[in-house]
Amino acid sequence: MMEVVDNSYPGFQFSNFARNENLVAKGFPMPNSRKTGTTIAGIVFKDGVVLGADTRATEGDIIADKNCSKIHYLQPNMYCCGAGTAADLEMTTQLMASQLELHRLNTGRQVPVVAANRMLKQMLFRYQGYIGAALVLGGVDKHDSHIYSIHPHGSTDRLPYTTMGSGSLAAMSVFESRWKPNMEAKEAKQLVRDAIAGGVFNDLGSGSNIDLCIITKDGATMIRPYDVANVKGQRQGKYEYKRGTTEVLSTTVRPIQIVAETVKKVTVEEMDTA
Amino acid sequence: MNTGKSHTMYPSTSGTSVVGLVYDGGVMLAADSLGSYGSLARFRDVKRLFKVTDKAALACSGDIADYQFIREVIEQKVRDDVCGGYTRELNAGALHCWLTRVLYNRRSRFDPLWLECVVAGYKDDEPFLGYVDKIGTAFEAKEVATGFGLHFAVPMIREAREKKQNLSCDEARKLLTECLKVLYYRDCRAHFKYQLADITPEGVTIHDDLNLKKETNWEVANYISGYE
Repeated sequence: MMEVVDNSYPGFQFSNFARNENLVAKGFPMPNSRKTGTTIAGIVFKDGVVLGADTRATEGDIIADKNCSKIHYLQPNMYCCGAGTAADLEMTTQLMASQLELHRLNTGRQVPVVAANRMLKQMLFRYQGYIGAALVLGGVDKHDSHIYSIHPHGSTDRLPYTTMGSGSLAAMSVFESRWKPNMEAKEAKQLVRDAIAGGVFNDLGSGSNIDLCIITKDGATMIRPYDVANVKGQRQGKYEYKRGTTEVLSTTVRPIQIVAETVKKVTVEEMDTA
Repeated sequence: MNTGKSHTMYPSTSGTSVVGLVYDGGVMLAADSLGSYGSLARFRDVKRLFKVTDKAALACSGDIADYQFIREVIEQKVRDDVCGGYTRELNAGALHCWLTRVLYNRRSRFDPLWLECVVAGYKDDEPFLGYVDKIGTAFEAKEVATGFGLHFAVPMIREAREKKQNLSCDEARKLLTECLKVLYYRDCRAHFKYQLADITPEGVTIHDDLNLKKETNWEVANYISGYE
């Protein structure tokens, strides 16, 4: 007897949990969700914030997408980098973007970055960590420049620099040695690029290119890719043989001769719908 | 054969990361001086780095008791060589190989020495840096670390090496100190007191009781308040 899914109450449904456990025990493995492995980072510099991310999406041990975009648009003055379950990130950031736009239209003013932070954490906490979204939210509003790190269970931290994802330790080692307050734009971009590169080259869950997003009070600039760190190798040899490699000894041409011509009418056969 | 006997499979007093790198003119090793008892910073003057011979130095992370045991075995081994009138001094490559076999065999008997070791020195006039694990994983590389050092320090060393292939002695020392500083910032079980070993063709020099507390910069604390 099939169980009808009850959609009357909100939130995740766990009715298939026992069945799934049973299947795994019998030898049918759970499909791997697409994760974004990832190295993401954000810093505050003199004129605003710089966000950076790698571009590799993994499904278990396979690279599902070599060049996915992990810096998501929320508002003209704020962007969000995401690490964790790819679907959760995509849906969460799109939902937030529309909620924030409604907020902007309702209030008639630029949305403060704390609003996005508050809305994100309230949603993630409601889902008790089942939405696997770890975010680095960055933006500039009329008050200040902000970088927030938001964890899947709903805790947030406001920091001058932060990293998340599997490559976060490699990226953090770069920040801990080289971050200083009030950096210039050029230095800040180089620092974030180097931090993400640390993740790209030293973490197996991160790779391919480095994307950057610089947000100042004048607006946001998405640079995708900022650095094509992993160029596909050039094929060294060719396997084509030059004409004349095989010597032609003799040529005989025998045209196909038409012996007879017949015309047969093709009837459309009725589809068998018995 | 299972008599129901089992051996301890967890460390009690433990040491955190060890970091090592090869530079132009030798090999350098660094480790902090902390013996942690779980989350208690119990012994703050543990010497986890020691000189084996003029051609080799060893540093271990993991269980301190197992480290002290293996150190005594190695020291006796060196003594036996000297007293027996050795023809060849134990070099880093030989030590690494021997250590791999010992650790692998112990793990195969389900009685591991809970260690992650870094062997540094010279092998046949070439600088040598090797890693050996409690399960017998062993490899040689130009930059090696254990524990959190693998995640924080190795990317830093690789980045520095990309900019400049051959590091000088001063650059290597600065880089290692920087690595230990970042580890102190970010590893819960790290400490600011450390040892540094420098192995050159001339021999092994160990600098004890070094302190990086004065080099730590906590200015960033002024920029952090609250969570929103």
